Amino acid sequence: MELIFEQSVAGRGCSLLPDCDVPQVAPSKLRTAPPRLPEVSENDISRHYTRLAAATHGVNNGCYPLGSCTMKYNPKLNDELAALPGFTGVHPLQPEHTAQGCLEVLYKAQQVFCEITGMDAMTFQPAAGAHGEFTGLLLIKAYHESRGDTARKKILVPDSAHGTNPASATMAGFEVVNLPSGPDGLVDLEKLRAAAGPDTAGLMLTNPNTVGLFDPQILEITQIVHDAGGLCYYDGANLNAVMGVARPGDMGFDVVHLNLHKTFSTPHGGGGPGSGPAGCKAFLAPFLPGQTVEEGPEGYRWHQPEQSIGRVRAFHGNFLVVVKALAYVLSLGPEGILAASRGAVLNANYLRKKLSGVYKMAFDRTCMHEFVMTLEPEKADVHVTAMDVAKALLDYGIHPPTMYFPLIVHEALMVEPTETESKESLDELLHAFLEIHQRALADPEDIRSCPHTTQVLRLDEVTAARHPVVHYQWPQA
Amino acid sequence: MGSYLSNTDAQQRQMLQEAGYRDWDHLFEEVPAQVRLDRPLDLPAGGSELEVRRQVEAMAAKNRVFPHIFRGAGAYNHYIPSIVRQVTSKEEFVTAYTPYQAEISQGNLQAIFEYQTMICELTGMDAANASVYDGACAAAEAVFMCRDRRRGRVLVSGAVNPQTLETIRTYCHGRDTAVEVVPAKEGATDLETLAGMLDNQVACLVYQQPNYFGVIEDAAALTAAVHGAGGKAIASCNPISLGLMETPAQAGADIAVGEGQPLGMPLSFGGPYLGFMACTQEMMRKLPGRIVGQTTDSQGKRGFVLTLQAREQHIRREKASSNICSNEALCALTASVYLSAMGPRGLAQAATLCCSKAHYLQQALAAAGLEPVYAGEFFHEFVTRCPVEPEKLLAHLEAAGYLGGLPLADGSLLWCATELNTKEEMDALAALVKEVLC
Repeated sequence: MELIFEQSVAGRGCSLLPDCDVPQVAPSKLRTAPPRLPEVSENDISRHYTRLAAATHGVNNGCYPLGSCTMKYNPKLNDELAALPGFTGVHPLQPEHTAQGCLEVLYKAQQVFCEITGMDAMTFQPAAGAHGEFTGLLLIKAYHESRGDTARKKILVPDSAHGTNPASATMAGFEVVNLPSGPDGLVDLEKLRAAAGPDTAGLMLTNPNTVGLFDPQILEITQIVHDAGGLCYYDGANLNAVMGVARPGDMGFDVVHLNLHKTFSTPHGGGGPGSGPAGCKAFLAPFLPGQTVEEGPEGYRWHQPEQSIGRVRAFHGNFLVVVKALAYVLSLGPEGILAASRGAVLNANYLRKKLSGVYKMAFDRTCMHEFVMTLEPEKADVHVTAMDVAKALLDYGIHPPTMYFPLIVHEALMVEPTETESKESLDELLHAFLEIHQRALADPEDIRSCPHTTQVLRLDEVTAARHPVVHYQWPQA
Repeated sequence: MGSYLSNTDAQQRQMLQEAGYRDWDHLFEEVPAQVRLDRPLDLPAGGSELEVRRQVEAMAAKNRVFPHIFRGAGAYNHYIPSIVRQVTSKEEFVTAYTPYQAEISQGNLQAIFEYQTMICELTGMDAANASVYDGACAAAEAVFMCRDRRRGRVLVSGAVNPQTLETIRTYCHGRDTAVEVVPAKEGATDLETLAGMLDNQVACLVYQQPNYFGVIEDAAALTAAVHGAGGKAIASCNPISLGLMETPAQAGADIAVGEGQPLGMPLSFGGPYLGFMACTQEMMRKLPGRIVGQTTDSQGKRGFVLTLQAREQHIRREKASSNICSNEALCALTASVYLSAMGPRGLAQAATLCCSKAHYLQQALAAAGLEPVYAGEFFHEFVTRCPVEPEKLLAHLEAAGYLGGLPLADGSLLWCATELNTKEEMDALAALVKEVLC
């Protein structure tokens, strides 16, 4: 496909702005040459991006069982509501009495997401999950600092955790202690007891964890950490499994983050914008970043947390994403939220059960919203890897599962179908998986060279990294 | 109750059975009874699409959308071409995830590659990433591209947007790093004080161009000073101004960051916005976040992939350059479509209009009794004194549909004009100001 710069024709353009109605003034320090932005017509732009959209696979195109990413259907109502001029036209620094609708959205969102997670307070400043983790860890840090408990420098992270967990802990100034998982994929209580101590600031955990299992020892886990004087952080990436079933706040967690762009149906936008609100128990609320919203006698108003960690970004977070997530919760209500989690867990177990005779499950027991398969037997027998199976799925119009994660399972494929896939769609996915397995045994070479029908074939990532070309190279004049 | 489930109750029963479960309790038996929620969630009852539409529309209707906006301070009211909303509403762009599977994500990847190219062109830099959360976060992330064991001091100009400064402070507190503020003098970074603060421990200086008070900094002098001490210069810049003004690269900056919201994103109460980041070739491997690179497929055809991933959290974990995973991809696409529609001439025109209108407004307000505070050259924002209680003046403007300048801590007002403000509107604003001051 041609780049938009390759379509540029000198002198072409769109007519967008009127002539200047006041005396013209320009800054004195000018750039030496104009930026080489494309010179294209509106028609050129429209067709260019229509071509690019056609070469992009979204949830609207087909099944997207990307583990840990919760690629559920994104309701269109919510996009429309977030685009209301009554929201998009509001300046973030307007006086609060002129932004009561926005404050109401944030206030109601605080209420519903605190109820779902069992927390007491919440900030919507964080723009994504990793940002929420960073924020939550700073709350933990501020708490220990406020008590003069300065020896707590370590954050315990299971080796099955998302990569953002240890990365966030480092950014918050902590030392990361990796906790090896037990053979059952769960937290090893003995190892946890050995690791927790007076230098423990906290534990980061997702439950269900990244192999899709709910850790039944969760109360003991959080108790061990609390007994050692640490706090417990809940990574909300997998909350879609347990909404209305169990709440992090009741499992003993002190801080959580949510991914509104996973669990609460807001679209991923090709990688963002997301929203990663951080919630906490009341004793941590004074440390929250930015401002929270409270209800006063004359309407909603800003509240400045007394010992705030400061802001983690400008303004009030990815506000329009919060509008979408709130609309989702208002649509589903308590029954619909529970039904979503039930549906997610049912879809995952239905697939797991039907695949388990053919593919090897990393842990063959009831999973939650996702499960992990290992392609180690196929790799050993016919040299077909997790990557090969993933690439073969592309030819079926299916987005592959998450590959090679979690790190504790070799040749991993992590499958998360989500609740919005129909039985018919799951059966198609099953058919594809089973057929690929047969083909892998019959003609492994063919599977190793997949995909065959996509617009480009397997790409040379090594050269891309070794000799990076990260912007368009104009032909020499 | 609304629902987006596809399976009917009958299908679900069948699936439960086929998967070997008696009922929902059986399916969730791994969740111990002690942590099971034994009551329904206390949430408002679910509603139909029409009911929820009405509820949320009612909230939107409680906001005041000002027809006349003269406030910026980090969020700017600009014209958004129609093509921008059309393109960025395409479902494939809206509903896709991060393009991990390159073979079915070439459209998304190419769009990011084009965005990176446009940011490089605007800033004059060699490499750009695929975006971070917002301009404030971009500045904070840039600081950590510069800091190392030998150089731990972080200097930030006092003329930087206070929200950016506060964000940098929070990020720096995370890594136990102090932030030192270089005071502003007459609305611009004080070069003399800066010179006294520099030594071989300084990692970087962050400055903003045009700065928070609207004043155009002597950027070349700032970068020369910090380079003299062996530190790096980080420029936080307004992307519209770059249609005309000296680029950060020209001024000698090592890293250019900024808030991309003016490039086609509505005000939206502060988000989603777009943090852009670009740097010199030398610093490219220190950039945080996603970067798209060009390569070829097994048949030699041009294609695009996420590249230099060895910097990132999913590979490096606790040793990653940043924890960032999701970014602001759809906002980056918005900026690309905006910049394609504007083209080099349109962007220069927008910049000229902003600058011209702001100068007209400054004169009109001065004539009405609001004297400018700073003498320095400015772009599209400026500070005036306010001889009355700012709240009194602003309330009068508000009643007439005008969102006036932002009141600053010292009782002055920070005004902004863009291409959306007409001469008539500015004359009317000046007349309203006069009514209060007389």
